[in-house]
Formats: sequence, C-alpha cells, structure tokens
Amino acid sequence: MSFMPNDEAYWTNQLVAVGAERDRAAFESIFRHYAPRVKAFLIRTGLSPSAAEDCMQDVMVTVWRKAHLFDPGRASVATWLFTIARNRKIDIIRKARRPEPEELPWGPEPEPEQADVLALAQDSRRLAQAVAQLPPKQRDLVERAFFGDRTHSEIAADTGLPLGTIKSRIRLAIDRLRHAMENEVKKAVPVGLEPGNGVEDR
Amino acid sequence: MTVTHPIGDDMLLSYAAGNLSTAQDLMVATAVSLDDEARVRLSGFEAMGGALLDETEVAPLRDGAFEDVMSRIMGTAPDDTVHTDIKTGRTDCVLPKPLRDALGGDLNDVRWSSVGLGVKQAIIPTDDEGTARLLRIPAGQAMPDHGHGGMEVTLVLQGAFRDGDERFARGDVEMADDETEHMPVADLGEDCICLVVTDAPLRFNGLLPKLAQKFLKI
Repeated sequence: MSFMPNDEAYWTNQLVAVGAERDRAAFESIFRHYAPRVKAFLIRTGLSPSAAEDCMQDVMVTVWRKAHLFDPGRASVATWLFTIARNRKIDIIRKARRPEPEELPWGPEPEPEQADVLALAQDSRRLAQAVAQLPPKQRDLVERAFFGDRTHSEIAADTGLPLGTIKSRIRLAIDRLRHAMENEVKKAVPVGLEPGNGVEDR
Repeated sequence: MTVTHPIGDDMLLSYAAGNLSTAQDLMVATAVSLDDEARVRLSGFEAMGGALLDETEVAPLRDGAFEDVMSRIMGTAPDDTVHTDIKTGRTDCVLPKPLRDALGGDLNDVRWSSVGLGVKQAIIPTDDEGTARLLRIPAGQAMPDHGHGGMEVTLVLQGAFRDGDERFARGDVEMADDETEHMPVADLGEDCICLVVTDAPLRFNGLLPKLAQKFLKI
C-alpha cells in the first residue's frame, strides 16, 4: 500500500514505525515535515524564533522517546504533536510540570483496530478541512483563541469588536467545528466508554 | 457517575490551547479526570489544535537541526521513566491524580486551616496570580458569603451542595463571577469538599478590580 505524504494515514504509519521499530528514516520524514510546522506554531504562540527552535528540538526528542506511547486510535499525529508542543512550551515557561488529566484506568489496551485508525485519520482530515473552510472572521478568532496567548478581552481590544460579538463568533465557530468533528469525537471515546457503560471511579 | 453541571467549553478550549493559568489548568485537569464526557470534548478541542498545526505555515529551521536532535537522541540512554506515564489506573482516592500531585497526597494528607464557622481550607501553591484551594464545608452549612474579583470556579470532590434549585455533586462544576449571586449550602450527611479556583485569564470583565479572594484567604 502506498500513501501520499499528505495523507494522515501515512504519518500515522510513520510514527507507529518509530515507536515499534525505532525506524530512523520514518522519524526523519516526520521531522522534515512537522518540525518546521511545530516551530512556526510556537512562534505564533509568542515564542521568539530562537526559543521556538529550542522548544521544537525538545519536542522532536520527546517524539522519538515517546513514540511507543502514541495511540493512533485516539489522536492524529498532528494532534499528538500539538499536545506535546503545547505542554513543552508551558513547562518551559513555568519551569514546572503542567497538570494533566488522570489517565484512564483500562490498563494496557489491545492493539487499536486498523479500521478505527483509518477512520480517525479520515476524521482528522475532515476536521482540518472544516477548520480551513471556516468563514474568515470565525477562523481568525478561533486561531487567536489558540495561537494568541491572549484573553478574550485582549482580543477585543485588538480587533475593536465588542466582547459579546467575539464570544458569540467563537461559539459559532465551535458549533460548526463540533458538527464537523462529531464522528471524530465519537472515535476518540476509549473502548468501554460508550454511554451506558457506567464508569465507577470510587 | 453522572455529571450534571459539566465544565464549560470555554475552559476546555483554553486548556487545549494552553492559555490558562496554573490554577485553572489544575481545575480543568481535575474536572476532566472526573468527567469522561468532558474528556471527549477536550480531545475534540485538542484535535482542533492539531488541525491548526497541520495547516500552519512552516518556519525555517536552524542549520543542522535534524542532526542536533539525532545526536541528542543517540547521546542519551533510552528514558524508561516514560513508561510510568502509561495508565497507572484510577485508585480509590477521593482526589484525582492532578490534585494529589499538586498537594503531595490524598485527602488524609491535606493540612487544613480554619477560616471560621467550621469551614476549613487548604491553599494549593500556584506560581501565578490565580488561587487554588480546597474548601471543606461542614454538612448542612452555608458557604461563607464572598465576592468574586474575577471568575470563581468550584468543583465538587466529595459530598454535594445546593445553590438555589440546583444541586452540585462530585464532578460538578459551578462558575461564578462578580454578578453571580449565589448561596451554596452543603448537603446534609457528609462534609462537602470542593476545589475552588479564582482567577482572571478568562476575565471577560477584566476592568473590574480584584476585590477577590481576600475574604476567604483570611
């Protein structure tokens, strides 16, 4: 089977190969594609180019070391990289580990079903398209909520829009995206978490 | 467990984006640990972050960046500690793991101090302007009246409280700001223990002075 390099499933396979076989060529392909994006993302969130480079290098070292923990049934490669970059940046700024939600208690999970992995890859693709197709005004505000290290009121000062308008536009954008990613969210529910399967936690 | 007052999308989105204070990060991480539906919503917002990363422009890398990373990778022994990240499993603890980590123990290890009327609190150290604390309200008692200099988020960890017609139990989140008039009363039967975070990063009302937390910090 061959994949185009812009295919989400291609990157998923590459990252799985890094985790399972310490595949250096696969790691290099991920690096060449994603490292410049991770760096650009970090710059957009407010790091200097030099700090962003250092942070990106930390992120890529973490990618190598933690690749075996990547679960293609739960996140796309881009999402996984995004969370590592976000956490690393916060850890650098705070010099402390950021609180993360407790891991789910199901113990070692079986190999993800190939169908689930493919479905998640397709949904991620759909979500990326949905983000790309947001009307410019909504997209702009969602990006600011993500990339701008700013509060909503600071965005208000920046755009001259009243706060209520900003909040409703972001809400609108979230609704549209939620619609687009309903499938994706369903796939993100770990096995055993379907409604009605009560999870006892005490 | 059914969460009837889940944590809001605005907090989850800001957490996903990495724009919250330490105190609010702790709130979201703790609330998500108790609410699987919120966990799913959070993973959706993180997928948005992934989609934005996928779409972002590229930045030129430093010369030799790949070789530098490879030499760091090859220069150190494989880090086995990462394996401890793997699903350690939920325990019978009252406090979810993010809170246990922040406090250095479970409920029995908390060092309470009295704030009067039988109410106790434990301040959780955070490194910025937000405040996080555990509050312990005796069963059947009203929470002390207090103003909010910003947004106050309350997450129930044990017991329950009522505020007007609504009941908040373990995993439920109540949001309050300056304009919220609320009068929470702990349910009978069990002391109510909550994580309370007051902060400003989502301050939609940032012009108002921080009258804040002082009352409860007595």
